[in-house]
Amino acid sequence: MANIKIPSPLLKLTNNESEVEISGSNVKELLTNLEAAHPGFNERLYDESGSLRRFINIYVNEEDIRFLDGENTEVKDSDEVSIIPAIAGGK
Amino acid sequence: MYDFTEEQLERYSRHIILPEVGGIGQEKLLNARVLLVGAGGLGSPIALYLGAAGVGNIGIIDFDNVDLSNLQRQVIHNQDDVGKNKADSAKESIAKINPDVKVTVFKEALSSENIEKVFENYDIIIDGTDNFPTRYLINDACVFNNKTNIHGSIFRFEGQLTVFKTPEGPCYRCLYPEPPPPGMVPSCQEGGVLGILPGTVGVLQAVEAVKLILGIGKPLIGKLLMYDSLSASLRKLNLRKNEDCPVCGKNPTITELIDYQEFCGIQR
Repeated sequence: MANIKIPSPLLKLTNNESEVEISGSNVKELLTNLEAAHPGFNERLYDESGSLRRFINIYVNEEDIRFLDGENTEVKDSDEVSIIPAIAGGK
Repeated sequence: MYDFTEEQLERYSRHIILPEVGGIGQEKLLNARVLLVGAGGLGSPIALYLGAAGVGNIGIIDFDNVDLSNLQRQVIHNQDDVGKNKADSAKESIAKINPDVKVTVFKEALSSENIEKVFENYDIIIDGTDNFPTRYLINDACVFNNKTNIHGSIFRFEGQLTVFKTPEGPCYRCLYPEPPPPGMVPSCQEGGVLGILPGTVGVLQAVEAVKLILGIGKPLIGKLLMYDSLSASLRKLNLRKNEDCPVCGKNPTITELIDYQEFCGIQR
């Protein structure tokens, strides 16, 4: 089970749980299982063509998966996976 | 050597005795030119601390007026400032703290028309805005004009902080190539924010500015600092320069400034 960190804008999908434990051997599997456990993520994370939205990044530990193997990036049990959306607030 | 007055030697004594700063460092601060975009939640602590530190030339751009609902977090303004332009109000507050600081006020909204003119006299731009269109505009103008962009953003209880400095480091579009479409992401006041949060993130932005001016430590170039106030956690993630970045990559597709439409709001 990897630990997925849920950002503030998506917390209502997990009943305000900021970390959830999800199984999966790569990012794609993990996100599929996340959607099954907490429906609503797919719509927020993927665009109509099925690609991850360009204002949301997924990190495995400290690295952006776009610079690893994308959604095929392997995930081990102890890994921390973070969903990092763009936020704009400042005032 | 800078010709410090007696008063300056006393005012900056706690800086000057630091070996990493010294008289030379304080002189660098007094000669520095920093622009704050926004005198709001993030801009307030940045302006107060950079003013107190003796950053000698501070530009502040904000077209907005102080509103009572701002005082929960925008600590540079006070009750008597309600209704006043925020940049003017911030200038008055800095003058009360440190008369050494020359503050230049721009009471206008940033756009592709005026941004290069506003940026021209500054080396470091600090992004304290509250919307995606301005953040992308600031990024692109900084890439085109080789300015350092100290980026901070907040949402509810969470903050993000980094330094975008091209060509050596990534830019905002390396991280997020384009802004979210209207309605996809909550922005502006609808998200709500813990009043102290912009204080924390703004102060961290001010620290980055001072480090860059002094040339000390490791600025957050290529690192994204994530602050979660509820879990009291700070995490640092790696940001990579994206070869395919539309603005600072090998074959840029964005070569002119873009005015995205202002939008605000959560999907209803």
